[in-house]
Amino acid sequence: MLEIRIHSRGGEGGVTAARLLAIAAIHDGKYASACPFYGAERRGAPVVSFVRIDDRPIRVYSQIRKPDLIVVLDESLLGVVDVLSGLKAGGTILINSAHKMEHPGFATYTVDLTGIALREELVVSGSPVLDTPFLGAIARLGLITHDSAKEAIAGMFSDPRNIRAAEAAFREVIA
Amino acid sequence: MRIVATGNRAVAEAVRQAAPAVIAAYPITPQTTIVEQIAEFVTHGELTSRYIPVESEHSAMAACIGAEATGARTFTATSSHGLLYMHEMTNWAAGARLPIVMANVNRAIGPGWNIWADHTDSIQERDTGWLQVYASTVQEAYDTTLMAFRIAEHNDVLLPVMVNLDGFLLSHDMQPLETVEPGDFIPPLHLPHAIDTAHPVAYGPLTGPEQYFRFRHDIEQSMRDAVKVIAKTQVEFTRRFGRKYGFTDDYRCEDADVIVIAMGTLGKEAEVAVDALRNEGIKAGSMRLRWFRPFPELDLKGRDVVVIDRDYSFGFGGVLARSVMAATKADIFSVIAGLGGQEVTYDDIAGFVKNRRIGDELWFKVNNSA
Repeated sequence: MLEIRIHSRGGEGGVTAARLLAIAAIHDGKYASACPFYGAERRGAPVVSFVRIDDRPIRVYSQIRKPDLIVVLDESLLGVVDVLSGLKAGGTILINSAHKMEHPGFATYTVDLTGIALREELVVSGSPVLDTPFLGAIARLGLITHDSAKEAIAGMFSDPRNIRAAEAAFREVIA
Repeated sequence: MRIVATGNRAVAEAVRQAAPAVIAAYPITPQTTIVEQIAEFVTHGELTSRYIPVESEHSAMAACIGAEATGARTFTATSSHGLLYMHEMTNWAAGARLPIVMANVNRAIGPGWNIWADHTDSIQERDTGWLQVYASTVQEAYDTTLMAFRIAEHNDVLLPVMVNLDGFLLSHDMQPLETVEPGDFIPPLHLPHAIDTAHPVAYGPLTGPEQYFRFRHDIEQSMRDAVKVIAKTQVEFTRRFGRKYGFTDDYRCEDADVIVIAMGTLGKEAEVAVDALRNEGIKAGSMRLRWFRPFPELDLKGRDVVVIDRDYSFGFGGVLARSVMAATKADIFSVIAGLGGQEVTYDDIAGFVKNRRIGDELWFKVNNSA
């Protein structure tokens, strides 16, 4: 079972990102579940969402303590929340950032989701949309297929800029 | 058709297909997305139900009672304080023999103010005459809601059914969902005592002790008959749609020395604990209780039993644990865990099994002795 923890701030689309990833994995023929941790959320507060992907039905509901992959949708969380907590040895980190980063012992990738969203003018209520380009970056990491990523996005959003942003993110992941 | 849905969406989807004539509901976290989705179905004409946005849960149940008494299929959904606010009316619904179907998204009762999973809300409705069933996956929430209409409305039952799903853990968890075309699996409702303006009779008059007593006995008789109706309905569901359901969902119980009993998502997570324990050579099994009312017969002879309660009856004990004890005389280790959404992992459940103290009660992370 592949376990993914997504860190974001309330309003940045972390919940939708988790759901898109689960939907794409299910399109790939896998089992998946997506569950945000619901607390006293408000815009801007640190939040986490969880995704599990497996070849068998998923029977676990508790929070993910030892993820295989950690996603950080908001770079400013890096100094605020212990985002690497519990990450498995040799695990993977994907950070929304324009800069290359290193975390010794982990495969670290960055992608400028915010920049891509702004370039595509994908802005809702004044905030750049991060969840759809996020899915493109995840496809690049090989967790889901490119086709399933597009299908998941198209199933939820009709604006073609979402797919364009995902494709841009797919191309622009920095290893 | 395969879709991806949350537990709440799954319930709304089943309700769309059961097509109640009247839906009356009041939103409450974490039930809200059920009634939002249903309202959307009605707005877009995918559901022709009369949707009554009432001013309270008490009114929601009252509206369902009035509508169901005319022979119309009804549905409502609630949670926690909303369910408790209905309490007078939930008793009325069962007493008046109205087969209303309700989804309850299990949530803790305040204070302290808490929106997370806890079974105290539905457990407090235990003695109202409602059938109670607890789902553990999105698929099960959907399948069980479909079955609930057929069971409630069966002529041998005619009692309301409450479908329970754990707040957030299941209500907001997104999983694959295989929808079906129910067709005549849910036949039209024929309420034998429906209001008929051509033959007017009085409803709800003063009832003397002798008649009242009979009515109470009739409810119990129907609860017992419901056992057969549930069994037949679950078999028929499997025949038509393939998926298998019982009163309990037994996992690796056949040769088990120790059996974990829980309801809802904890019962599903217990299966993962069972696999881990088996890998360590401990013969464990999980018997997830689906139906809490009517309470099923359980065969636990010769096994140790670990019961996990997400509820408590103060001054007595875990309600599920005490029910299992009363029904089976089994040797039980009672674990109180997960109240107010307390995190309980499969590792924790495996720990309950390994460190079980038969005859004792553990409040997880609160005390270590009875």
